[in-house]
Parts: sequence; C-alpha cells; structure tokens
Amino acid sequence: MTETPVSAADLQALLVTLKLAGLTTLLLILFGTPLAWWLARTNGRLRAPVEALVALPLVLPPTVLGFYLLLAMGPGGPLAGLSLAFSFGGLLLGSMIYSLPFVVQPLRDAFAAIGEQPLEAAACLGAGPLDRFRSVVLPLARPGYLTAAVLGFAHTLGEFGVVLMIGGNIPGETRVLSIAVYEHVESLDYARAHVLAAGLLLVSFLLLLLVYASGYGRRVTP
Amino acid sequence: MPGSRFLLAALLFVFLLPVWATPGEVRIAVAANFAPTLRVLAEDFSADTGHRVQISSGSTGKHYAQIRNGALFDVFLAADSARPTRLEAEGIGIPGSRFTYAVGRLVLWVPGQTGIDRPQDYLRNARFRHLAIANPRLAPYGVAAQQVLETWQLWDRLQEKLVRGENVAQAYQFVATGNAQSGLVALSQLLQGDRAGPGAFRIIPDGLHTPIMQDALLLRSGTAAQAFLKYLRSESAARLIRNAGYGLPGHS
Repeated sequence: MTETPVSAADLQALLVTLKLAGLTTLLLILFGTPLAWWLARTNGRLRAPVEALVALPLVLPPTVLGFYLLLAMGPGGPLAGLSLAFSFGGLLLGSMIYSLPFVVQPLRDAFAAIGEQPLEAAACLGAGPLDRFRSVVLPLARPGYLTAAVLGFAHTLGEFGVVLMIGGNIPGETRVLSIAVYEHVESLDYARAHVLAAGLLLVSFLLLLLVYASGYGRRVTP
Repeated sequence: MPGSRFLLAALLFVFLLPVWATPGEVRIAVAANFAPTLRVLAEDFSADTGHRVQISSGSTGKHYAQIRNGALFDVFLAADSARPTRLEAEGIGIPGSRFTYAVGRLVLWVPGQTGIDRPQDYLRNARFRHLAIANPRLAPYGVAAQQVLETWQLWDRLQEKLVRGENVAQAYQFVATGNAQSGLVALSQLLQGDRAGPGAFRIIPDGLHTPIMQDALLLRSGTAAQAFLKYLRSESAARLIRNAGYGLPGHS
C-alpha cells in the first residue's frame, strides 16, 4: 500500500461524492415522503402514470438520461438560464432523478404495509394528522426509511453515466469517485484505480449488508 | 428428449456459424473519433476486395484493456500512438506492423459566432462561461488542447472555465448542446456536419502541439486483415482520410 497512496485529487473526489450522495439522499427522503405516501394511499387515475414515471430512471441507460439532461440544460432547453450544466447543483438534480425510484419505492411499500387500522386507532384517540404521522407512521415505517436512505445513498455513490454527461469533470465541483476510477482505468493507472474501486466496493457492500441485515425483503407486519 | 437435443445442436450451429463462415472478414477495434471515417473506408474496401469489415467503435483505453485480455480483433485503429506502441512492447500484435494512419487536427469551435479572427485573442478575452476540451489524461486531443493553451500561457488562467469531456466526442457534445460556448475539438467532427451550421471555427496551427498521431496495429495476420492494412495505406484511402479532416504523416 505504500506504493499507491490515495492522491489529494482522489480525496477531493471522495468528498464531492459523499456530499453528493448525502444531499441527494436527504432531499429525496424529504420530497419522496409525500410522494410515496400519496402513491401508497391513492387509487386515483393518476397513480399508475406517476408510478411509471417514478420507475422510469430504472429503465433509461444513465448516459442517455444524462444526455437529455444536458440538452435540457442547454440554451434551448427547459432548464436554460439556471446554469446547471457543469455545476454541483446540476449533478444534484441529475442524481435525484437517477436515484428517485430507489428512495420512493421502499417508502411506498413501507407506508402501504402500515394499513388503515393503526391510523384510525390514533385518530380515535384524538391525534391530529401531523401527530399521527410523527408517532404512528414514522416509527412503523422506520425499516423502510433505512432501506430508502441506504439504497439512495449507495446508488448515488455508484453513479457514473449521468455525471459523465453533465459534469464536465471539474475538480472539487463535479469530479466524483466513479469518474476518478474511470479516469485511472482509462489512462492505464490500474494501481490507483484498484485502490479506489476496492474502497468503493467495500463501502457499497457494507451499506447493502446493513440493509439486508436489517430485514429488507422480509415481510414486516405491524 | 430429442427435441431439446435438436435445439442444442441448432444453437451450437448458430453460435459457430460466424467462426466458420467468415474467412474474408476483418474485425477492427477503432477509436470512436475515427469510426465514421472507417465506415466510409470499409465500404470502399469491401467493394474493392469482397472482404467484410466488422467495426467495434470505442475508447482506445478500453480497447487496449480488451485486447490485452484476449479480445478477438484483427486490427487496432487507436486514437493515439501510445497504446499501440505499448501493446507492441508487451508482445501483442504482429511486430513491425504499426504505422500512423491519420493525424488529428485541432480546431477552436465557437458555434455562436460568425467568425474568429485569431483563436488566441478569442481565448485571451475569455468572454465565455465554459471552454470544452477533451480530458488531457485520457485523450490525445486533450493533451493537444492543454499544450496549445500552455503555449499561449492561458492554461492557468482558464482553469475555472474548462470543462473536460472523457474524450473529444464528449467535448464536442458539450459545445453542440450549447452548454459550453466554445471548445477545442477535432476538425473531423465539424466536417461530419450532421448538426445545424457549425458557426465559426479555426484550425489551430500544427506547430503548437505535438502531432495527434493515430496508429494502427495488426493484431492477427490473416488475408483479409493484411489486405485491409494495405488498403489503409493506399492513395484512395488517403484521399478519404484527408477529406474527413485528418492529416497524414509526411504531408500534413
């Protein structure tokens, strides 16, 4: 390991990556909660199309998604004027779209599993909507939140195609870990690539282990 | 079950078909920037010789890794001379078969302008938000772009405005989508011209950067592969390569 120290540039890429994954997860949990709640409760006509939209980032190849974001951020696009291209803000938006299903779907399932009964019981005891959410839904949906957070974080950690397309590889701003690994591999600096890739794998494995050890996939009935 | 045995035999036959039926085929790993030109060349070559050409377009770094790990290509058309040289030194490919098949030309491209007087003045005035270049660590066009900017003593000054594409194709994309106002890209890209009017561009004088040599290496000798390399050095191939916006060694 003395031969292959992690360079300052790689550490910077690591920091950008952690910041990106952290903020993406936080924002997705915040905005994903009402969306997932609505998806879990509604039977309206809009449910199916919204569900499909949420799942769409699973289908599109990330570079394609990134290319359309790049077009959208260009002068003729709907996001023109926000100067999102080649900025951390742009990456954040891209990551939120890219990781949306990984956060919303576990939350939706967790909310759906709670059912009506606990909420009705709480209402009978005089709890208002906010109180019901805080003291009934949140504790019961905790495994769902953990899963959503870890999957959202891990998925953003491994994000590559979208960042490649809209990032522009600016150190300290848009150069993330996956891009750094790719750069090392492509420039035949395999030793450095191995160190970063091994680190990324290890962290991702531990995160996923956390999810599965916490019982994701097993039916949790309150 | 006789049915499944038949299915297995049929599948085996289908899978082996390409191996048996293609004595006259060249499998070429080509750098993405040259792929459109190679398609034109391949058509010409096939019409001439009857040999078929199978093109795998991709990044030279990936091709290098694939070839080192046994990928079945006959010819490697790289985006630089470093990777073919390295393969040759590692004992891969036919010794002595390496040669420069095209020399890339760098241009400053500003789609939003009708003319550029002097590229160095445009860059010095820096009235743009972003200048797109290929990543100097990954792409020969990026190395050339860095050298040009260093020669003009603008490399440090423009750091904040530089966006780096993984290759020159992506640098082109950044400019073509309007997210970067200008870029140092390849002349060959602008001559493909599948997009609306390229605006203004100026060729950067060759002397300002080391030549962007793209080398070919014969990986496996076979009739078709050797015929293709011979064709690649022919006068009719040279004409097509020059028309596509590349120079040739000796007479740039």
